[in-house]
Amino acid sequence: METLLAIVIGILYAAGVYLLLRRSIVKLILGILFFSHATNLLILVAGGLVKAQPQFAGDASLTINSTDPLPQALILTAIVIGFGITAFALALMYRFYKSTGTEDLDELKEGEHK
Amino acid sequence: MPVLLPLMTIIFLLLNFRQRAWQPWIGLTGALLQLALSVILAIQVNRNGIMVLHTGGWEAPVGITLVVDGFSSIMLVLTSIIAVSISIYSIDAVDRQRQSFFYFPMVHGLLMGVNGAFITGDIFNLYVWFEVMLMSSFVLITLGSEKKQLTGAVKYVTLNLVSSMFFLAGIGLLYGKTGTLNMADLALRFSGSESNILINTSAVLFFVAFSIKAAVFPFFFWLPASYHTPPIAVTALFAGLLTKVGVYSMIRFYTLFFVQNQLFWHPLFLWIGGFTMVVGVLTAASQYDIRKILSFHIISQIGYMVMGLGIYTVAGIAGAIFYMAHNIVAKTNTFLVAGLINRVTGCYDLKSIGGLYKVRPLLAVLFIIPAFGLAGIPPLSGFFGKLILISAGFSAGEYVISFIALAVGLFTLFSMVKIWNEAFWKPVSGEGNKTDRLPASMIIPVVMLGMLTLLMGLAVKPMLEIAENAAASLLDPASYIRAVLGSTHINP
Repeated sequence: METLLAIVIGILYAAGVYLLLRRSIVKLILGILFFSHATNLLILVAGGLVKAQPQFAGDASLTINSTDPLPQALILTAIVIGFGITAFALALMYRFYKSTGTEDLDELKEGEHK
Repeated sequence: MPVLLPLMTIIFLLLNFRQRAWQPWIGLTGALLQLALSVILAIQVNRNGIMVLHTGGWEAPVGITLVVDGFSSIMLVLTSIIAVSISIYSIDAVDRQRQSFFYFPMVHGLLMGVNGAFITGDIFNLYVWFEVMLMSSFVLITLGSEKKQLTGAVKYVTLNLVSSMFFLAGIGLLYGKTGTLNMADLALRFSGSESNILINTSAVLFFVAFSIKAAVFPFFFWLPASYHTPPIAVTALFAGLLTKVGVYSMIRFYTLFFVQNQLFWHPLFLWIGGFTMVVGVLTAASQYDIRKILSFHIISQIGYMVMGLGIYTVAGIAGAIFYMAHNIVAKTNTFLVAGLINRVTGCYDLKSIGGLYKVRPLLAVLFIIPAFGLAGIPPLSGFFGKLILISAGFSAGEYVISFIALAVGLFTLFSMVKIWNEAFWKPVSGEGNKTDRLPASMIIPVVMLGMLTLLMGLAVKPMLEIAENAAASLLDPASYIRAVLGSTHINP
C-alpha cells in the first residue's frame, strides 16, 4: 500500500510541475491543486498507515495498534486551506481573463513594457 | 494576545464596513493598541524570560503552544510600529475604492498572520499562520485589479503557494519521523539522537520553503516581478514584513532544532547570503524605477541577515537581529518616501523626475535619512547593523563573506546616491512638477520612522544589548525547551 501511494504521490508531483510550467493560467491553477493533493497524501503516508480500527477518544483499549489521528487532522486543515486558496485562485483567474482578455501568460510580457 | 487583537480589529472593521469614513480610524486604533501591547510584552519578556501559553489547556507536546522569547518580542514590537505607520499613511495614500473594498481588514489580517508566525511554538501552527498571512497578502496585492497588478499577482501567488507546499511536505515528513510538531519537543528529540540522516530531507524542504518566502538567492525572482505593482502603501508593508517572516522562521528553525550537520549548513548559509547580497545589489544598480531599485535592495539586505545566521556566533545572530530591526524600519520608510515622490511628481521613473531638492527640501531630508541608513552612513542605524555583522564575520574567521558584505555596502550607497542625484539634484527636465500639497497623514509616518532610524543609530548600545540577549537565548535552545516543556522533560 505504501509503495503504491508513494508512486501515486510521485506522479502527482510530476504532473503538478508539468502543469505549473505551462503557459495557460488554468493549467497553472490545476498544477497548484495537484501539488496540494500530493502533499496531503505525503503527510498521510508519512504519518504511518495502519490497518486497524479507527481511533476513538476515551477508549484506552484501542490506543495500541491503531492509526495516529494527528496526520489526518493536519490533512483536514490543509484541505480546508487549499479549498480557500483554490477559490481565490479561480477568482483571480476570472479577473485576469476579464481585464486582459487572455489566459496565456506569455502574451502579458509585451504588455509589461508598454 | 497579539493575535486576538488584530482579529478583533478585523471584526470591528467588517461590522462597520458601510461607514467608509470610520474604517481608517478603527484600523489605526487597533494598530496603536497592538503597539502598546507588544511593548508591554517585550518589557515583560526582557524582565522575566520566555513566556509560554498553552492554548486549550493541553500541556506542551500535545497542545499548541504560543511562545514569546526575546527574538519574537523584538519582532512583535517592530511589526506593530510598521502597522501604525502604514495605518496612518494609508488614510490618504490608498484610494477610496480600495478602502471601501476591505483594505483595512486585510491589512490587519496580514498583521495577525505575521504576529502569529512570530509567537507560535508549533510547526504546523506556523504553517497555518503563513497561510493567514498569504491569503491577506494575496487580496492586498490584487485589490484594485489593474492589469499590471494582476500580472504581478499571478507570479506572487504561484510562487508562494509552491513554497507553502514545500513547507507542508517538510512538516509531514518530520512528523512521520519524530511524532511531534512542537518546536521544543523536536529540539529535545534531535539533541537526543545521533541519526541526522533522518531529518535532512525535512531540513532541506524547510530551507527551500523559507528561502522562497524570504527571497534568498536562487529563489528571489518573484519579488521584483511583483512588488512594484500594488499601491505603494501595500508594497511598503510587504517589504517591511513578509520577507522578514521567512528569515525569522529560518533563524528560529536552524538555531532551535536543525542544529546537526553544522559543517554543511553554515557554509551554505554564508555562500547563499553572499550571492543574495551581490545579485540583489547589482541588479538594483541597473534599474531606473525607484520601486524596482528598492525591491532589489530588499534581496541584497536579506543576504546580510542570512549571513548573520551563517556566522552562527552570538555576535553574528545579534547582528542579524539588529540588522533586521533596522531594515524593517528603514525599508518601509524608503518605500513610503517613494510614495511621497510619486505624489509630488506623478511617477516613479528616475529618468523623468528631477530638481526635487529645489522644490521640496523637506522631502529631500526625509529621503536621505532612511536611504543613507540603508547604505550604512555612520550616525544612522544601518551602519551599526553592518558593523556588527562584519566584525562578527572577521572574528569568526569568515573573511571572504565579510569583504563581500563591505563591497555590497558600497554598491548600496551607489544606488541610493543614484536615486538622490536623479530625483533631487538633477536640473528639472522640461515640464514643471505637479505640485499638490502633501497630506500630513503621509508625512507623519515618514518622519516617525526616520526618527526611529536616527534613534536606533544614536542609542545603539541598549538596542544591541537587547539583540544580544535575544541572540544568546537563541543559541541556547535548552532554555527554550525548559520554558515550553517544563524542567521535568529535560533529561529523558
